[in-house]
Amino acid sequence: MSKKTLYAIFDDEEVLLKSVLELRSKDIEILEVYSPFPVHGLDHALGLKETRMAITAFIYGCLGLTFGGLLIYYIMISGVGKSWPMNIGGKPNFSFYQNMPSFVPIMFECTVLFAGHLMALTYLFRNRLYPGAKTKSPDPRTTDDKFLMELEIEGSDLEIKKLLTSTGASEINEKKIENE
Amino acid sequence: MHKESEIRDPLILGNKTYHDITRDIARPVEGKANKYWWILFILSVILFLWGVGCMAYTVGTGIGVWGLNKTVNWAWDITNFVWWIGIGHAGTLISAVLLLFRQKWRMAINRSAEAMTIFGVIQAGLFPVIHMGRPWLAYWVFPIPNQFGSLWQNFNSPLLWYVFAISTYLTVSTVFWYIGLIPDFAMIRDRMSKKISPMKKKLYTLLSFGWSGRAKHWQRFEEVSLVLAGLATPLVFSVHSIVSMDFATSIIPGWHTTIFPPYFVLGALFSGFAMVETLLIIMRKVVSLESYITIKHIEYMNIIILFTGSLVGTAYITELFMAWYSGVEFEQYAFLNRATGPYWWAYVAMMSCNVIIPQLYWIRKIRTSFIATFILSIFVNIGMWFERFVIIVTSLHRDFLPSSWTMFSPSFVDIGIFLGTIGFFFTLFLMYARTFPVVAQAELKSILKSSGSEFKKQSHE
Repeated sequence: MSKKTLYAIFDDEEVLLKSVLELRSKDIEILEVYSPFPVHGLDHALGLKETRMAITAFIYGCLGLTFGGLLIYYIMISGVGKSWPMNIGGKPNFSFYQNMPSFVPIMFECTVLFAGHLMALTYLFRNRLYPGAKTKSPDPRTTDDKFLMELEIEGSDLEIKKLLTSTGASEINEKKIENE
Repeated sequence: MHKESEIRDPLILGNKTYHDITRDIARPVEGKANKYWWILFILSVILFLWGVGCMAYTVGTGIGVWGLNKTVNWAWDITNFVWWIGIGHAGTLISAVLLLFRQKWRMAINRSAEAMTIFGVIQAGLFPVIHMGRPWLAYWVFPIPNQFGSLWQNFNSPLLWYVFAISTYLTVSTVFWYIGLIPDFAMIRDRMSKKISPMKKKLYTLLSFGWSGRAKHWQRFEEVSLVLAGLATPLVFSVHSIVSMDFATSIIPGWHTTIFPPYFVLGALFSGFAMVETLLIIMRKVVSLESYITIKHIEYMNIIILFTGSLVGTAYITELFMAWYSGVEFEQYAFLNRATGPYWWAYVAMMSCNVIIPQLYWIRKIRTSFIATFILSIFVNIGMWFERFVIIVTSLHRDFLPSSWTMFSPSFVDIGIFLGTIGFFFTLFLMYARTFPVVAQAELKSILKSSGSEFKKQSHE
């Protein structure tokens, strides 16, 4: 049997959401949904897992805090600080702990710097977004005002097409997948 | 589906569809610039070039070409620096703090406010670099392994804190801005035809990083925006606190006060919102965004200006009270001299522009008028510049030794560099207004059904 991809286009996010729920309740697999803006509840309707972006930010933040702390410890206290001790405002230059209050700002900035940038890079990497990448969207109208549902089916498509139209799809396009 | 109360004013006016939003936001990018844009652009570039000339003269000849002297050794450069940094605060406040508070009105203005932030911080960053005298050695402020023996940065110094604070603020704001821009660049990319404008199509393909709007990507997008907002919020407050510590940790009467960090942060938000209003009131007309940047947005911002302006006024009075209450003569004289000394006019300008004039916003008619808001925002911009001038110059010009008391007058180079940064700022902003999607259209579409005026009417009938 030949496989093909169906592209069902919706004009409204609420209709799309209902259709997704309807299809999923009938155990029809939805490959992907493309939308011009984040549709609330769509990730749950599609059964997507929770994203772990926030966790990565926390890890990167801890990394930044450690980096900032070690940097200051090396420069002010242990490494360079030991070979060239400086008396700054009478603060003890041999103790990290007693000098800590004036190190807080930079340790904080390092935390934010690492968390922000590394999370953004992770986000781009996970989404395969980079300068020069080509869009994967099958229809350019999905960044304007159309919502597109991508399905892969084998065999007869009449049933599914009927279901899609009855749940509100305004347009259904298809593409044959060549058999290898 | 989220419903919004009937008594809440709509944020998108007119009978708009998703496609209308796309078209309205893409129009300035696709169309040609009008006459006013060119006039403003040419003027800004001329100012900018004049500033570049003055900067080159400063670097080539030395800081002696400025109006500084032995007593007033910090003046216009640091005034301008703090002024620009302050302006750079509203953008991230709007996009980060208001996101955490779920304020939907931020969506129409956050993109431009953040562009303003980034361009403002760039201007601010120029001043310390020029003031170094040898700007090619500016990288010495970073802790980079070096061959100067054991010479490293002093992490106890507020000057190093602000190197870190400003670098972090500028780069994290830029990242936050760009993450939001990617889907909007993709919208413009998909509208460009390969035949009519092949170069533009290529450019926006490059800028949009191949965004396609998958469900998983949007899910990550929302979480990343939220976390970045959470990170940027303490960042906004830290940056100006740290800038204020450049003064507050010194022992100069008039600077050595514990009230400085919150007082500077509030002042920054105050001036930042004023600059956002100045820019947006012009921009909404020039690129026809009247349906998206409405009087309601302006009113919300005016309320913030009224609130922060009143708090800044409270801080001024607290400062005066603390000077008297401290019982220290030097402290008392510093403040008496500010208000009644030879720079009394600067003090009056600051007090009237920052404390008295914003009180007019208690009147609803003024708060909800574009023209009145525009005029008042200019007053606030001027007032906040004078605030920094008052803090810096009047605290220095009569120091501990009366024989070295002196006055400060700016040289043409001081003025030229300041005007140059204004020109640079507007050059960047005007270029931005023609090439970037100036409203976060993807986010705006997500609130169209709950906050669009037609949809609101329908859902309550």
